Amino acid sequence: MSSEDSSGDATEDIPAVEYVSGSGVPIRGNDIDTDQIIPARFMKVVTFDGLGQFSFFDLRFDDDDEPKEHPMNEERFQDASVMVVNDNFGCGSSREHAPQALMRWGIDAFVGEGFAEIFAGNCLALGMPTVTADHESINDLQQWVEDNPDGDIDVDVAAETVTYGGNEISVSVDRAQREALVEGNWDTTALMKANEQSIQATADSLPYL
Amino acid sequence: MSEGTLYDKVWDQHKVTTLPNGQDQLFVGLHLIHEVTSPQAFGMLQERGLEVARPDLTHATVDHIVPTADQSRPYEEDAAERMMAELEENVRDAGIEFSDPTSGNQGIVHVIGPEQGITQPGKTIVCGDSHTSTHGAFGALAFGIGTSQIRDVLATQTIAMEKQKVRRIEITGELEEGVEAKDIILEIIRRLGTEGGVGYVYEYAGETIENLGMEGRMSICNMSIEGGARAGYVQPDETTYEWMQETDYFQDHSEEFDQLKPYWESIRSEADAEYDDVVEIDAGELDPVVTWGTTPGQGIGIDDPIPAPEDLPEAKQDTARRAQKHMRVEPGETMNGYDVDVAFLGSCTNARLPDLRRAARIVKGRQVADDVRAFVVPGSQRVQEAARQEGLKDVFEEAGFEWRNAGCSMCLGMNEDQLEGDEACASSSNRNFVGRQGSKDGRTVLMNPRMVAAAAINGEVSDVREMNEVSLA
Ligand code: SF4
Repeated sequence: MSSEDSSGDATEDIPAVEYVSGSGVPIRGNDIDTDQIIPARFMKVVTFDGLGQFSFFDLRFDDDDEPKEHPMNEERFQDASVMVVNDNFGCGSSREHAPQALMRWGIDAFVGEGFAEIFAGNCLALGMPTVTADHESINDLQQWVEDNPDGDIDVDVAAETVTYGGNEISVSVDRAQREALVEGNWDTTALMKANEQSIQATADSLPYL
Repeated sequence: MSEGTLYDKVWDQHKVTTLPNGQDQLFVGLHLIHEVTSPQAFGMLQERGLEVARPDLTHATVDHIVPTADQSRPYEEDAAERMMAELEENVRDAGIEFSDPTSGNQGIVHVIGPEQGITQPGKTIVCGDSHTSTHGAFGALAFGIGTSQIRDVLATQTIAMEKQKVRRIEITGELEEGVEAKDIILEIIRRLGTEGGVGYVYEYAGETIENLGMEGRMSICNMSIEGGARAGYVQPDETTYEWMQETDYFQDHSEEFDQLKPYWESIRSEADAEYDDVVEIDAGELDPVVTWGTTPGQGIGIDDPIPAPEDLPEAKQDTARRAQKHMRVEPGETMNGYDVDVAFLGSCTNARLPDLRRAARIVKGRQVADDVRAFVVPGSQRVQEAARQEGLKDVFEEAGFEWRNAGCSMCLGMNEDQLEGDEACASSSNRNFVGRQGSKDGRTVLMNPRMVAAAAINGEVSDVREMNEVSLA
């Protein structure tokens, strides 16, 4: 997913994301909105570069920019790539800055009880799975991550499972998301551009054009 | 799955094909862009050597970062100036029409589309902004998208989406004086939850909705996203057509109005349409609603007690505890009498002309409380100008409100208008998230515009029904 992958050619190969593996970081709480994930004042930028450091900024730093208690400030979670969250994560604004910031901080996949739709869509556009499981399974996983900050969590998008420390839980992956990630066609620009004739035909059929 | 609804019809009309991943590719009738979420998408386009496919179906404005006090260029804040300059360059290069501040047409993206008549029934409308759902008030299918999707739309004028379920929300009953569209949507979100609409599009229907003007319908559709629904809509009817007829677009193209009206009529949901869910709400019993917490779902009637977290569903308890700590409220109290430091009358939810008119009738002849900063930020330059001509500007200024230029302003605090420290704000906007109005300790209480006026005058959240309205004539 380096930037070279996406330069120049509109029909480039998009890597399939069948599987994400790495250690976890638990972010607890329902209804965590995108204003928390990336406060608007850090969005006065014209590129996404450098947003990672501002992830959850107001929860991680006090008025003097001194670090507060927060999982993302803890040494043991610094290498995490799987974020384990609760319900309605990413609600609020459509800002892609939110998943972009978390991706740049190091996250490659989300496991949670539920995700806001636009957030999940934005994640998909970046090749990041958002897989869901019930409250109890997520709670257990969050606890396990607390106890095993270096332990690997394997998110298998194709099989719809998450395995960790000898446990396996079944998770749900939205059908379109699974297809897109597993088949490597989550970058829709090239896919859709190929249909130019049908696009024109649809446009021609619209009463208002 | 739903059948025969406006959603189904407009979807089918715009469907290009089904993609290998199972999503549908939809043609986009109108793409609105603004300065915050579009520059990265133009960047991605450039990286791939692609051009904007349909600049003629794209329209730009500047709203989030634009200063509302001193708008002389370059903007005082470098970051804001850079974003504005970037937008100007992108729209110039691509040949996209731009309602810039010198045009007299600038404003919040969800205010200007309907104003100019480019928001129309039966169109698919997208914008990199979650409150794009606003445009559904016209019977358009309108939803917010992320930046990578903006890139898709710029490059192809299409978008990949999965079809969703449709929930009909049937609202009946006559609104009590002082109770508004804003209160209806806050009540809907309170009942169905901030995540209740995930996977759904909301169809707002029933006599109460039919009796609302377009502005009220917009306030409701605007906050669909706060209930988790990515889109919400109202069927087009005579109220809609009257609005359309008066817009510039149809003033200039009156023959198109007659051609399009049959299409608009044809997309209305069938009487026997099938819905995935139906909810009924009696709005006749509503009091003005205010929020006590930090999600828009945490609303109550002005005299109702703030709920105890343990009385809420388990999944909501933790959020409620954190919210009550942040807002410094206790279960059992009401919000009536909650001290406010700031009153903000603005945003794409409630900064249109009728909103300002109603608030002005409360404000007229009264004074903003001594320790309150109060300001009005019209939703667009046109609203600003019309309000000025009607004398509303004077009414507000005489009462001690600041009168500003159009923009998003303190709705999200991306420009200079921000809460400071732990200030509490009576706000006509749509989000009370922690930090939303620019200060992480700031406290936001959402309410309808007349209630904001009442809070400004009394220095505390209060029941506008206890204040006499003054005729503006
Ligand atoms: S007024 Fe507020 S909600 Fe509306 S577009 Fe601007 S920032 Fe978003």
